[in-house]
Amino acid sequence: MVEEGLSYLGVPLAKPRVAFFEFTACEGCQLQILNNEATLLDFLSLVEIVNFREGMTEKSNDYDIAFVEGSISREDEQERLLEIRKNAKVLVALGSCACFGGVNQLKNRFNDLDWVKKEVYGDFPIETDVVRPIKDFVDVDLEIYGCPIKKEEVEKIVANLIVGKSVKYPEYPVCMECKANENLCLYELGEICLGPITRAGCDAWCTNNRRGCWGCRGPADAPNIVQLKEIMAKYGFDQDTIIDRLECFGGFASEVEAIRTGQELAGEKE
Amino acid sequence: MKVNCDINVHHLTRVEGHGNIKIKIEQGQVKEASWEVVETPRFFEAFLVGKHYENAPYICGRICGICSIGHTLASIRAVENAFGITPSEQTAKLRLLLKHFETLQSHVLHLYFLAAPDFLGTGSVLPLAESHPDEVQRALRLKLLANDACDIIGGRRLHPTRTVVGGFTMLPDRRELELLKRRLEAAAADLEGSVRLFSSLKIPDFIRETEFVSLKGADHYPFIGGDLVSTDGIVKPEAEYLAMTNEYCVEQSTSKWSKLSREALAVGALARFNNNFDFLHTKAKEVAHVFRLNPVNHNPYMCNIAQLVEVAHVVWESIELIAELVDQKQEEPRQPVTPCAGTGVAAVEVPRGILYHSYTFDDSGKITKCDCVIPTSQNHANIHMDIEALAAKCAGEGKSDEEIELLASMLVRAYDPCISCSVH
Repeated sequence: MVEEGLSYLGVPLAKPRVAFFEFTACEGCQLQILNNEATLLDFLSLVEIVNFREGMTEKSNDYDIAFVEGSISREDEQERLLEIRKNAKVLVALGSCACFGGVNQLKNRFNDLDWVKKEVYGDFPIETDVVRPIKDFVDVDLEIYGCPIKKEEVEKIVANLIVGKSVKYPEYPVCMECKANENLCLYELGEICLGPITRAGCDAWCTNNRRGCWGCRGPADAPNIVQLKEIMAKYGFDQDTIIDRLECFGGFASEVEAIRTGQELAGEKE
Repeated sequence: MKVNCDINVHHLTRVEGHGNIKIKIEQGQVKEASWEVVETPRFFEAFLVGKHYENAPYICGRICGICSIGHTLASIRAVENAFGITPSEQTAKLRLLLKHFETLQSHVLHLYFLAAPDFLGTGSVLPLAESHPDEVQRALRLKLLANDACDIIGGRRLHPTRTVVGGFTMLPDRRELELLKRRLEAAAADLEGSVRLFSSLKIPDFIRETEFVSLKGADHYPFIGGDLVSTDGIVKPEAEYLAMTNEYCVEQSTSKWSKLSREALAVGALARFNNNFDFLHTKAKEVAHVFRLNPVNHNPYMCNIAQLVEVAHVVWESIELIAELVDQKQEEPRQPVTPCAGTGVAAVEVPRGILYHSYTFDDSGKITKCDCVIPTSQNHANIHMDIEALAAKCAGEGKSDEEIELLASMLVRAYDPCISCSVH
């Protein structure tokens, strides 16, 4: 596994065999890997890609790191995922679909798969199940959040894996990054934003472009939903709107459930 | 004479999504030749029901990881048509420009990363980085240019952030646009290099008469909205898209299929080229001339070349569009939106062909019905029938299993299918 010439602080680096897989998803996160043209060739020199169906014909079951994109929504996907887990030393969930179910999990909210199937396929028989994140079926070693993932973050994480550094995510919310970037607060512009509770690491990608955060990276550590509800109420957004945003990517599933069923949220007792 | 062959390509590579090719020839007779789609469905049309209109473009962009901009723009247009909103001239130009850069990004990705390796005898673009470094660097330069441009106008290359119903959340500044124009002008050499590369490749010789469907140009090579047309002479207004798509379900596919005057139809770069050749930029017509590509062309492998023609078209037209935009006084980025009950339909040409979005809203602006017809789902039946015809041709020519498998794989790749998109 040691590649000649590639070293870090004089120590020769292992060149891991890397494989990409996708389940129920748009395959956009894999595409993001190709979407950083300026650093692509450098990045590729760090790893040996042995499985990348969207980009190459060769395939192998001998790999160290498996990047898995997409959520699980059919039985054959569960089996394929278990097989990947067996083969991989490190399994990484790539993007919001793999981590939380992503937008696909919005169909779960109807609690009525028959209606969902009929709405799209009529009486034609089609197999589908409740959408779940991959961690519901296998142990996941690392999660890379985002819809889409941020390429720079993936490159950093892979580089850390290779040199044996631990991978740390920001504990604070997107709001911090947004403030540091000196953006106008979107609430002041009349927009809804989940920046105060969503995990940072994207450098406020959407809010830099004056688009409210929809929470694709899931909750920051100890998200203060109670205070978010207060902010939203102050700016005139009702509970339906709060749920609408929180439920979009599946990262706030427990919070949405709590609001829907009228349970107390953490911190609400005070 | 090819007597026997048994080909089973499970999960074809270098396409977006999951599809299988099966070809079985016994005693010189084609017993089976099929294109199967096994992708897991996602049910966007169901889970958007009950959602507020703002969700439609934001969530529908996520139908596709390659043409998210096209889906977002189709979704926005459908919502605006339902609410009776006409985009300002500035918004219309910026949207077209954004659309052009998605086309550029997607076509370059397909031509160099997905299609070219077949012609150059490799399994991916990776070995080409060593054997053809100039070509790979050129592809990366063009793709980077297109992606940077998408960031500048749409906020992000994938799942754009600035595109909203009513316009944009913010505008690119003039300096960024001027710099972009200079980069586009400098890309002329890379366009020439691309034409040189692809004119050195041998496009397989295969003809199957096909009905081609696209937007119908009025005075421009069309990308966003307008009438619908087929090479069999059918013309319909945008709102009557269902009469052009006629979707139905088949056993071998989790994606729906489409038909019009014949058993199958084709959409995409070749369909646009065949229906709207006259409106192409002069520089794009010159590229078509190099390849002796003339309308109406019925060789599906020529879709690759039609994409190359469109690459030239979008680069040169973008230069003109930017020149117009920087000359104009900047207006407000976004107009106010008032929801109302009704139905809105949009037809937008995305890289792989014509895409339709349709929504019905209640008077609070919540979605009660949603329908999206994807280019690749319109192409599936035609791909299937092309494979049948190709298998019969190969059986007659005595080709080896490897040759047949490669030709069939190249055929599917020529359509640049976006399979997960088609099973949205």
